[in-house]
Amino acid sequence: MRGRPQLFTSYAADQAPLNTRSKRAWFIALIALLLVLPFQLGTELNALMATAFLAAIGAIGLNIVTGWAGQVSLGHAFFLGIGAYTGAALAGDPGGRVTGLGLDMWVWLPASGLVAALVGLAVAPVATRVRGLYLAIVTLGLVFLGEHLFRELEGVTGGAGIGRAGPELVLFGTDLNTTSQFLGLGLDREMKLYFLSLALLAIFAVVAKNLTRSAVGRAFAAVRDRDIAAEVMGVEPTKYKVIAFGVSSFYAGIAGAMLATVTGFIEPGTYDLFLSVEFLAMVLIGGAGTLAGALLGAAFVTLLPRLVEEVPRFLPFITAESSGGFLTVFQLQALIYGCLIVAFLIAEPRGLFGLWVRARNHFRGWLLPH
Amino acid sequence: MEELLTATVRGVAQGSLYALLGLGFVIVYKGTRVVNFAQPVLMILGAYFTSAFAVDRGVPFGLAALLAIAVTALVAIVIERVAMRPMVGKPPFAAAMVTVGVFLALQVVAGDLIGLEQRQVGDPWGLDKSSVFGVTVFHSDLASLAIAIVVVLSLGAFFKYTRWGLAMRATAVSQETALAQGVPVGRMFSLSWAFAGGLGAIAGMLVATGGAGFDQTTTLVALKALPAIILGGLDSIRGAIVGGVLIGLAEAYTKTYQADHLAWLGANFDQVVPYLVMLIVLLVRPYGLFGTKEVERL
Repeated sequence: MRGRPQLFTSYAADQAPLNTRSKRAWFIALIALLLVLPFQLGTELNALMATAFLAAIGAIGLNIVTGWAGQVSLGHAFFLGIGAYTGAALAGDPGGRVTGLGLDMWVWLPASGLVAALVGLAVAPVATRVRGLYLAIVTLGLVFLGEHLFRELEGVTGGAGIGRAGPELVLFGTDLNTTSQFLGLGLDREMKLYFLSLALLAIFAVVAKNLTRSAVGRAFAAVRDRDIAAEVMGVEPTKYKVIAFGVSSFYAGIAGAMLATVTGFIEPGTYDLFLSVEFLAMVLIGGAGTLAGALLGAAFVTLLPRLVEEVPRFLPFITAESSGGFLTVFQLQALIYGCLIVAFLIAEPRGLFGLWVRARNHFRGWLLPH
Repeated sequence: MEELLTATVRGVAQGSLYALLGLGFVIVYKGTRVVNFAQPVLMILGAYFTSAFAVDRGVPFGLAALLAIAVTALVAIVIERVAMRPMVGKPPFAAAMVTVGVFLALQVVAGDLIGLEQRQVGDPWGLDKSSVFGVTVFHSDLASLAIAIVVVLSLGAFFKYTRWGLAMRATAVSQETALAQGVPVGRMFSLSWAFAGGLGAIAGMLVATGGAGFDQTTTLVALKALPAIILGGLDSIRGAIVGGVLIGLAEAYTKTYQADHLAWLGANFDQVVPYLVMLIVLLVRPYGLFGTKEVERL
C-alpha cells in the first residue's frame, strides 16, 4: 500500500518482522553499519561488541521465558554455565588437566545448547509446578545449587578459584585464532569473533521472532497474561512453560559457550546470582516481551561498563582502582543497574523499547499532536 | 549423641535468624503482596549500624542495637515511599523486580559503608560458651534464640491485640475493603516495611554475634531465608518460623555429618542444602507447608 504504511490487509502482513518501509530502511542501515564497524573499531572494542551480540542471544533466551511466557527466571546464570562447561569440555585439550575431547566447534556449539536445553527440560517439571514469585525463588535456588556443582566438579570445571580455558575457536578444522586474509582484508581473532557472533545473533533472533509470532508464541502470551484463561481455551500451560524453559535454556547454553570463548577463561564463581540479575536487567531495561528490547538491553548492559570506565576522568571522586575513593567503577556499575531497573519499572515498564516507541509516536504526531 | 545435640542447638539458633528474616519477608508479602528481595540488604545495614554505633561510637550494645533497628526501619520506610509506592497496583513480578534493583543499588552503598575488612558488632557474648549436660552451648546462640522468641511473641501480640495490628491484618486480607473501613492503607505499607527493616536489623546484628563478625558477603546468609519462607509458605507467619528452624537444622546437621558420611557431595555443601530442601518440598507441596493454595477464578 503506497503512502499508507500503517495499513495492513492481512494478519500475516501485520505480523511480518519488518512490516513498514521505515523499519526496512533502518534495518538495512543497521546491518550495513554493523558490517563496516569492525574495521573501524580496535581489537578491544571488537571483542566487546562480540560480547554484546552473544549477551543478546542470552537475553533473547531469557526474554522468551520471562518476557513472552511470563515465567520469572533468576536461574539463567546456571544455564549459561552449563553451556560454557559443556562447550569447554568438548572442545578442550584432550591431554590437559581438565576433561577435554578436542572436538570441533560445529560439534561443541550445538551440543552446549542441547545439553543446557536438556537440563532445562529436566528442571522444568519442578518449575512448572510452582507459579509466579515462588518460581523466582526456586530458580534462585537453582543458581546456588549450580554454583556448588560447578565448584565441585573439578575434573570438568577446574574448581573454584582455578578455573579452566574456554572452548577453542576451531570451526570445520580451521583455527580462527590466527589472523588471516579474506577478500584482501586482514581478519584477526576479534574480528572473526565479531562476525561469528553477529551471524549467530542474526540466526537466533530470526528464530525467536518467528517462534513468537507462531502459534507457540501466542500460546506463550496467553499463558503469561492469564494462565487459567489459557487453559480454558485449550492451551496447556504446563506444556508451553516446559517449551519456553527448554528454548530459553538452549539460547542460554549457546550464549554461555560462546561468551566463554570470548573471555577465554572460565571460573565457577562467574555463574552466580549477579550474572542472572545482569541478564534480567538486560530484559527489563531493554523491554520485556520484545525482540528489539532484548537487543537494546543487551547492548546497553554490556557497553555500560565500558562507558563507566571513562567516568573517573570527569568525576574525580570515583576511582578506577578496585578500592579507595568514594566509589569504584564496579560499584558505580552495580548502582547504575539497580537504579535503572527501579526507574524503568516505575516510569517506563516497556524499557528502552518503550522509550523509543514514545519518541517515535511523539515525532509522528509532531506539530499535529491530535 | 552429644554431637547431635550440639548440632541441634546450633541449628535452632541459626534457624531462629532465618525465622526473623523470614518474618520480615512474610510481613511485607502479606501487607503489600511484594516479595522483598531487598531484605538481605536491610539485614546487612542493620549489622552495619549496630557496629557503627557500638564499636565506632562506643554506645552500649543494647542501645546501639535499638538505634540500629530504628535507623534500618527508617531506611526501609524510605525505600517503600520512594521505590515501592509507585508500584502499587502493578503486577507483583514488576514490584519484586524493583526490590531486586533496590538490592543491587543498596548493596553497593552497604559495601561502601562496611569497607573491605571484617567488622564486629561489639556484642557482650563473644565466644563465651557453657556446658549444659555435657553439650557445649554458645551464649550467642542462646541469645539469638531468646531474642527471636521474644520478638516473635511480641509481634504475635501486636497483630492480635492492637488496633494497628488489626489494621495491618485487615490490609492483608483486602486492601480495598480496609481502605473503605478507614484504614490508612499507605501507612500500613510503610509499617510493613518498617517491620521488615527492624527484623532484618535484629537478624543482621545476631548473625554477627558470637565472634562471627560480618563483611560485604554476609548478605548471602539472608538469601537463605528465602528457602525458609518458601518451605513454610510465602504468606504464613507460622510457616516462616517452622521453615526457618527446619532450614537451620538441615544446615547444621549437614555441616556436622555430611563430611564423614556423604563426602562426595563436596565441601561447603551445607551452604546449598537450604535450596535443595526447598526444591524437594516444592515438588511435593507447591505452596509450601503452610501456604494458602491460590484459588483463582476467571
